[in-house]
Amino acid sequence: MKISVLRKKIGEKGRWQIFEYEPKEPGETVASALNNINRTNPGERIIWDCGCLQKKCGACAMVINDRPTLACAVKLADIKGGLRLEALRKFPIIEDLMVDRTVLRENLLNAREWLEEEAVMNEKKQELLYEASRCLQCGCCLEVCPQFMPGDKFFGTAAAVPMIRLINCSKGDEKKRLRKEYYRHVYSGCGKSLSCRNICPAGIDVDRLLVSR
Amino acid sequence: METVNIIGAGLAGLSAAHTFAKNKIRSRLISLQPSERAQSVMAEGGINAALNTMGEGDSTFEHFEDTMRGGAFLADPKAAEVLTEHAPEIVTELFKMGTPFAMKGDSIIQRNFGGQKKKRTAFAKSSTGKVIMTALIDEVRKYEAEGYVERLDHHEALEPVLADDMCIGVYVRDTFAGEAVFCRGPVITACGGLNGLFEGMTTGSSANSGDFTAACFALGVNAANLEMIQYHPTTVVVPGKRMLVSEAARCEGGRLFIKRKGDPWFFMDELYPDMGNLAPRDVISKTMTEVVAADDTGDQVYLDLTELPRGTWNKKLSDMRDEIKEYLGIDPAKEPVPVTPGIHFFMGGILVDKDHRTSVKGLYAAGECACQYHGANRLGGNSMLAAVYGGKVAADSLIRDAVYYKEVSECQAVPEAPEIRCGFSRELSEILGQGMGIVRSGEGLERALKHIDELKDECNIREKRRLYLAEAMLLSALKREETRGAQVRSDFPAKDDARFKKTTVAVFRNGKTEIDFKEIGQI
Ligand SMILES: Cc1cc2nc3c(=O)[nH]c(=O)nc-3n(C[C@H](O)[C@H](O)[C@H](O)COP(=O)(O)OP(=O)(O)OC[C@H]3O[C@@H](n4cnc5c(N)ncnc54)[C@H](O)[C@@H]3O)c2cc1C
Ligand code: SF4
Ligand code: SF4
Ligand code: FES
Repeated sequence: MKISVLRKKIGEKGRWQIFEYEPKEPGETVASALNNINRTNPGERIIWDCGCLQKKCGACAMVINDRPTLACAVKLADIKGGLRLEALRKFPIIEDLMVDRTVLRENLLNAREWLEEEAVMNEKKQELLYEASRCLQCGCCLEVCPQFMPGDKFFGTAAAVPMIRLINCSKGDEKKRLRKEYYRHVYSGCGKSLSCRNICPAGIDVDRLLVSR
Repeated sequence: METVNIIGAGLAGLSAAHTFAKNKIRSRLISLQPSERAQSVMAEGGINAALNTMGEGDSTFEHFEDTMRGGAFLADPKAAEVLTEHAPEIVTELFKMGTPFAMKGDSIIQRNFGGQKKKRTAFAKSSTGKVIMTALIDEVRKYEAEGYVERLDHHEALEPVLADDMCIGVYVRDTFAGEAVFCRGPVITACGGLNGLFEGMTTGSSANSGDFTAACFALGVNAANLEMIQYHPTTVVVPGKRMLVSEAARCEGGRLFIKRKGDPWFFMDELYPDMGNLAPRDVISKTMTEVVAADDTGDQVYLDLTELPRGTWNKKLSDMRDEIKEYLGIDPAKEPVPVTPGIHFFMGGILVDKDHRTSVKGLYAAGECACQYHGANRLGGNSMLAAVYGGKVAADSLIRDAVYYKEVSECQAVPEAPEIRCGFSRELSEILGQGMGIVRSGEGLERALKHIDELKDECNIREKRRLYLAEAMLLSALKREETRGAQVRSDFPAKDDARFKKTTVAVFRNGKTEIDFKEIGQI
């Protein structure tokens, strides 16, 4: 199988490098292929980021055949034709497939996303709070969002999900404050283009969450 | 007080940063990856505390007893006692931060977990680590805004800086920009387990290389119980790694079987009628090797979850079911899952006292990189607890110790940090995997030590340090001539309390590792 990787350094346009890759075991993912390629070409290691290798840490997000997703979530067996791997384009490039996603954290910091008071918890909310706790901060949803630009005041779905957890376990003035931040940084800027639907590799049902804000 | 350096932003590192911030002390939270990527987010089944929410009359004393027994009495009882006593407070605090544990009404509900007879494990389906991390990250953010916590994500801690037998700081490299700097101040390391020594063979994160721990060890920081490596009974091989099938599966009714003369034999039920499939992990993993080796059985153990009621799947294990379907192509509700034991947790690590001080002044360790609380075998649900509690205790004792520094005038040149070569990592992992299997023998360990020796010649500094730590691991297993918890010796099948109810301490001095057995609790 042909795997093309956009090799890139800061300030460069990048060049496509093509690897001829033979899967070594059944069930291989893009992540395991990248590891194997790096093992056989130690001199030319492709720079990319990973951790859990099972869709739990969001480190390996990249654009695979034009779709932002996790490298450990894409099975080679499901790919017809070749693979084209490139870094997420909305974030500053570090090298090859690795980008700097610090803006995700900065946005949540700017929106003051935390609780000053004790969380209000009960059984009814549990399921929703659980769902809203699952965001990987991978950035895939931002990659496809026509409204999101790093540094802008619109923060997108990656901020909306954690915000919804906090809104739903706060009360009184705190809830009001968190709702306001949500309105300012998510609701008012969202063009409802719905491009981010069905992108989330964690399968977070954003629409269901949004109903509860 | 000086700004404190915390290495690692998983549960232990976050908990330490949180504790400092509440005490108005500044910390630098240095981590290779942001908190959302730390191995702690992978934790599945739950966190233990005798909250006694299930009307079973649970108590912190029983939690303590189970922890000690589960750890084959190798844990420091004084440390295990305070851990279990504080557990309800820790879990309640996490709950108040908005961690969505499973609830009934306003109260947390708890599930059974291995090695414990009472329902003591708070959980959120099988994504408990993720939801706790989310709440703790948000909590710590408040202090980031106040300037008490400075995050250095994408920074690798290279080695502690020691002067006059004291830790005065740490060398840190920005992995994006490539530059390294000296960060002055006391250090708490919370850099996680030693997965890098067993590449592709563990359930945990590949980002936890163990290299900072190896650097500490090579520079004279003592390590302990390195031979105690937990093989989790139910893991599956997926490309590039082991994947865990959480203990929650057995807690909700899953049972292990092997084919014997064509019929399924539920060996745990039969051999351990008391705890059955919820016996401690060391016991199950060892039994699995034995039943596979038996003459009249097949060679594959299966986890049978087909009898679980639909409600249990939907409410408690839906995430696990999806994961098994996705990576194995098996629906566990319909078909038994073939499982084998795999490396899951490191009970051993940097030697610390009950206050999390290491053998070097000014350096503390907490979380999975430290050897504390779990003895020879960790109970499921105790390690998240230990990471959160340990981070807090380390921070508290650092504050109490009020480590002061003479003016550090100049600092030596920042050291080199060459990468590990792929081939090297593979080779070392293979050697260790063979030597440090579930069942070990003197002969096998000697052989592994010899192979390690052969690797030494052409290594760079990072590789050398890994080798030293690997060697210490093998030597610890070799010198402990007994079978206890995760240390199973075919040539010494019995427990030997007189000689070995002690901590294995590994000391690296003048280029050589020495192993010593010390009274438990001493450092
Ligand atoms: C699949 C799985 C399921 C589990 N389930 C449970 C469970 O149900 N219950 C339970 O109690 N435990 C469970 N555990 C164990 C538990 O998750 C871990 O032991 C615990 O989370 C460890 O936390 P930690 O803070 O010590 O380290 P980690 O969360 O591993 O964090 C380590 C941190 O150190 C950083 N780091 C590493 N090296 C460096 C370096 N050189 N420089 C800078 N930063 C560095 C990493 O980036 C990371 O931020 C599970 C583990 C796994 C793998
Ligand atoms: S709906 Fe469209 S504009 Fe709104 S967050 Fe999603 S992609 Fe962005
Ligand atoms: S919402 Fe989904 S796609 Fe967006 S950052 Fe979170 S996990 Fe990633
Ligand atoms: S490596 Fe963690 S999500 Fe892919």
